[in-house]
Amino acid sequence: MAKTIVPIGPYHPLQEEPEFFSLTVEGEKVVGIDVRVGYNHRGIEKLSEMKTFDQSTFVIERICGICSTSHPFAYTRAVEDIMDLEVPERAKFIRTIIAEGERAHSHLLWFGLAGHFLGYNTVFMWAWKIREEILDVMEILSGNRNNYAMFKPGGIRRDIKSEDIPPVIKKLDSIVPTLQMLKKAVMDDPVLHARTKGIGILSKEDSISYCAVGPTSRASGVARDVRKDSPYGAYDKIEWDMVVTQNGDVFDKVVVRILEILESIKIMKACLLKLPSGEIDANIKDIPPGEGIGHIEAPRGEVFHYVRSDGTNRPARHKVRAPTFMNLPTYKATVIGETISDATIILAAIDPCYCCTERMAVRNVKEEKLYNGEDLIRLSQEKTERLREKYNYER
Amino acid sequence: MNRDDILKDINARFPLDIVDIFDKSPKRVYIEIKPVSLTRVAKYIFKDLGARFNTASGVDTRHYMEILYHFTIEDIGLLISLKVKLDKSKKLEIDSLAPIFEGANWIEREMHELLGINFKGHPDLRRLLLSDEWPEGVYPLRKDYKEWDKKAIRDRGV
Repeated sequence: MAKTIVPIGPYHPLQEEPEFFSLTVEGEKVVGIDVRVGYNHRGIEKLSEMKTFDQSTFVIERICGICSTSHPFAYTRAVEDIMDLEVPERAKFIRTIIAEGERAHSHLLWFGLAGHFLGYNTVFMWAWKIREEILDVMEILSGNRNNYAMFKPGGIRRDIKSEDIPPVIKKLDSIVPTLQMLKKAVMDDPVLHARTKGIGILSKEDSISYCAVGPTSRASGVARDVRKDSPYGAYDKIEWDMVVTQNGDVFDKVVVRILEILESIKIMKACLLKLPSGEIDANIKDIPPGEGIGHIEAPRGEVFHYVRSDGTNRPARHKVRAPTFMNLPTYKATVIGETISDATIILAAIDPCYCCTERMAVRNVKEEKLYNGEDLIRLSQEKTERLREKYNYER
Repeated sequence: MNRDDILKDINARFPLDIVDIFDKSPKRVYIEIKPVSLTRVAKYIFKDLGARFNTASGVDTRHYMEILYHFTIEDIGLLISLKVKLDKSKKLEIDSLAPIFEGANWIEREMHELLGINFKGHPDLRRLLLSDEWPEGVYPLRKDYKEWDKKAIRDRGV
């Protein structure tokens, strides 16, 4: 009887950002991997050439729902770089607050999903419960839970009211103990150690050659963070630490992100307390001809925007480079040689917007069998279950 | 090395390769080089100066296809953009940087399909973003790209 292969994906009715991984396996071991992207390519670079500089801010805010602040942040900085403009101090602080709130909720989202992939649904529920609090904070500050629409070239569009600051700080303070509890619970768990330590290692040399960015590179011992390397916003005006770990495995990527959530909350609080008074907008009139680059640290790594102006009111060229574009190719270095039950979490560890892993098709060379995303998550969860039994772990 | 030393050093090392240096601001430098010198200069900046490759952006201008290769030297926060200009009347091709560092692999594939630049020595120039049905030789990011081709199924949204 002829065999039929039904691949699940690349489209999924529930999530955005389709990508299609195809893993070649021999028995349990992954021997080859290829990825197809571009199912969601919307031609935003071209679209941006047809919008005015102000309109583009809103278009590129819709590149990603999770990084909805990072892209406008990089873009506005690129436009300001064309004319060497410094935005007012208050705008810098408010931009930083919004960007850090985004980092906190994005990392929590990833953290919860990573827990789900590993069969730790309690982690999923706790992380998303805390994320909800952060979204509430963002709603108080910007009026929106996502897609904050706070940015414009030259400054920000909405001010933060001084009466909103005490309740926000109170809320942020209340998150920290819960986060500490979650951090301790996760980092002390022996099963989680067995499941993630030494898995999917990205070496320091590979990290440099692939030009990996963000937590993916920082977990491999490469201390690279745009916020420290070329400070923007208010990052050089407050105290904060860059989180770097050395092993490059999945566990270290988890640790970097958990610690960064705590740093983000610290930065948000410090900015709110030191918020200077004054203007929030430099009122740009015309953009002169020239070229500008804006790069900032998004939750997943560096976002890079290049804008060229020819003196009209529209960008002549607008190049957007998202962090996953640099991080995703590292799968070649991390997945091959690992077992297929670990592939899910390794691919998820770079935080490629999790839907990617839902869209894997695994081709078993020997058995002509095709696994879909659900099978892979099941395989991953079963492995955790086996480890739990091995460690006599009480659920 | 600080910023001035690096610029002096690049200037002294590649006197014949550099066409122009535009010192824009404390953190941004644009260096225009000859297309044939790209791998030599890029290798020096990446390997010896320890810079990180950010990305490359291809720009379609009237007479030239420009490619800007952006590098960041992280210790001092300096962003160096190497600019090459390819004459549009000739064949659009340039040496690939992917054999030197993996990070250039995807962006060159992207420029290959969107702007029609050929990267010599690239290990795998398959399509990255466009679908398989997209016609050969149509480059959507070029300025002369005709949108809304009434005959093409892709533009009717069917």
